[in-house]
Amino acid sequence: MSDLTRMTAAQLGAAIAGGETSAVEVTRAHLDRIAAVDERVNAFLHVDAEGALAAAERVDADRAAGRAQGPLAGVPIAVKDVLTTRGVPTTAGSKILEGWQPPYDATIVTRMREAGLVILGKTNMDEFAMGSSTEYSAYGPTHNPWDLGRIPGGSGGGSAAAIAAYEAPLAIGTDTGGSIRQPGAVTGTVGAKPTYGGTSRYGLIAFSSSLDTPGPCARTVEDAALLHAVIAGHDPRDSTSIPAAVPDVVAAARRGATGDLSGVRLGVVKEFSGEGAEPGVSAAVREGIEALVKLGAEVVEVSCPHFEFALPAYYLIAPSECSSNLARFDGVRYGLRAGDDGNRSLEEVMSLTRDQGFGPEVKRRIMIGTYALSSGYYDAYYGQAQKVRTLISRDFAAAFEKVDVLVSPTTPFVAFEFGSRTSDPYQMYLADLYTIPSNLYGGPAISVPVGLSDGLPVGFQIMAPTLADDRMYRVAAALESAAGVLTPPSL
Amino acid sequence: MAAISRDEVAHLARLSRLAVTEDELDMFAGQLDVILQSVARIGDVAAADIPPTSHSVPLTNVLREDVVVPGISREDALAMAPDSAEDRFRVPRILEEEA
Repeated sequence: MSDLTRMTAAQLGAAIAGGETSAVEVTRAHLDRIAAVDERVNAFLHVDAEGALAAAERVDADRAAGRAQGPLAGVPIAVKDVLTTRGVPTTAGSKILEGWQPPYDATIVTRMREAGLVILGKTNMDEFAMGSSTEYSAYGPTHNPWDLGRIPGGSGGGSAAAIAAYEAPLAIGTDTGGSIRQPGAVTGTVGAKPTYGGTSRYGLIAFSSSLDTPGPCARTVEDAALLHAVIAGHDPRDSTSIPAAVPDVVAAARRGATGDLSGVRLGVVKEFSGEGAEPGVSAAVREGIEALVKLGAEVVEVSCPHFEFALPAYYLIAPSECSSNLARFDGVRYGLRAGDDGNRSLEEVMSLTRDQGFGPEVKRRIMIGTYALSSGYYDAYYGQAQKVRTLISRDFAAAFEKVDVLVSPTTPFVAFEFGSRTSDPYQMYLADLYTIPSNLYGGPAISVPVGLSDGLPVGFQIMAPTLADDRMYRVAAALESAAGVLTPPSL
Repeated sequence: MAAISRDEVAHLARLSRLAVTEDELDMFAGQLDVILQSVARIGDVAAADIPPTSHSVPLTNVLREDVVVPGISREDALAMAPDSAEDRFRVPRILEEEA
């Protein structure tokens, strides 16, 4: 066999099913790779070698016994540390959950286990998924495999970097304002945010419940679609889970890979084409659009006049929901408890616990949210943000009457150097400029590598209507067939 | 003009149950002011008759089948507690002690 860590998930699944290799061999190869490079990349917060090998052995035993298996049986996967994994440490990148071992699995973790996916471990992230660089992780940043002095994006930088560094062929991320797509863009990998409600939030440690969406990270569009098919679908344990059939995203990706986009209308958002993106990013995205036109797509300019207010609306809605969700970290039932000396009151212990357990970005957002929800400011901030959310959804609806998908850069800039955006929190927020509208609207969106700018990857974003995840994968696979898969420099 | 004062940030920290230090207050006061000034421009965007959107999925009163399924055991629930006693979570005192 060629180097197992360089193969796609689809290839690995087929090789295991065909008996050319085994799940244990594939798992060992990836554990070896992690041991060799992760000291420099820091993609993983926890590696569960024992659990991974046991899961791989079960897949091999099932195959030997002739039991039916899915296309990803035996394929290793890395899971963002914001999803609960029974008995395996889960921190959400925070000191407040250091050492916590959840008593249950998230629904999508259960589905991955049932599909025979082998969980290698948990990946690094900005604390509670708040950030665009992993610099807000309490456990040190992840390094971008393209340039170890640069950020891997965030919040799911660990998942994206693990894939780009060939430590895993697949990973799970979560996307609240771009946390799957922006890391995908800056690491030259594929990251998809499914339709909100298309993937279960049960067992996802909540940041902003009306926006949080788990989804796949991979090196190819087909791999992302295969993983999407495993994790998506209605979950009675999530009250916002959509009780509808999941579109056939795998078939759509394979159809797109044939390179025929005849009749597909691409919408270029007028409001996104002005200033904002670095020139190299704009140029690469323009080339991507031209490539899609060569495949038969038609380009239509559309106006989405309220998209420019998506960023401020998001930075009121998400902190408001976070200030409520993170109230559960009170030092009572799990996690850190600080200053409980027998003399202090519950409220004093709670306040000390939260001050010591949370990092600065989490504290900022809790306080912004508390402010936006307080009486006297509610109408001016949170109430207005919710109305803007309506206007943004109407912009999408109007655009999708004229076009099939919208396209844009994923993020305005390529991977930046560590420390260059941490002093001014609002500069960090700008990384989400193009990704946030889809979160507020709820529709699916994907980032696909489109080329390089100054030697660093640029992501191309494709946004589709709610529940049209298949359409998004079709266009994404077509772009990939034209732009190719990026290979990072050797570590 | 500042959108938020240092005293207001101190009040927010108290409401948020964050025992922030004086140094943290100095840092957060300036940063929260920048953030709030940056987001305040949404104030004039939407007309009064625009309905708010709290959620992109139009589902209400979602219930699941009333079927008994295994829950998390008391042992598992308490296993990760910072402190427990007599099969319960133990918390610091809530009421003032009586004289």
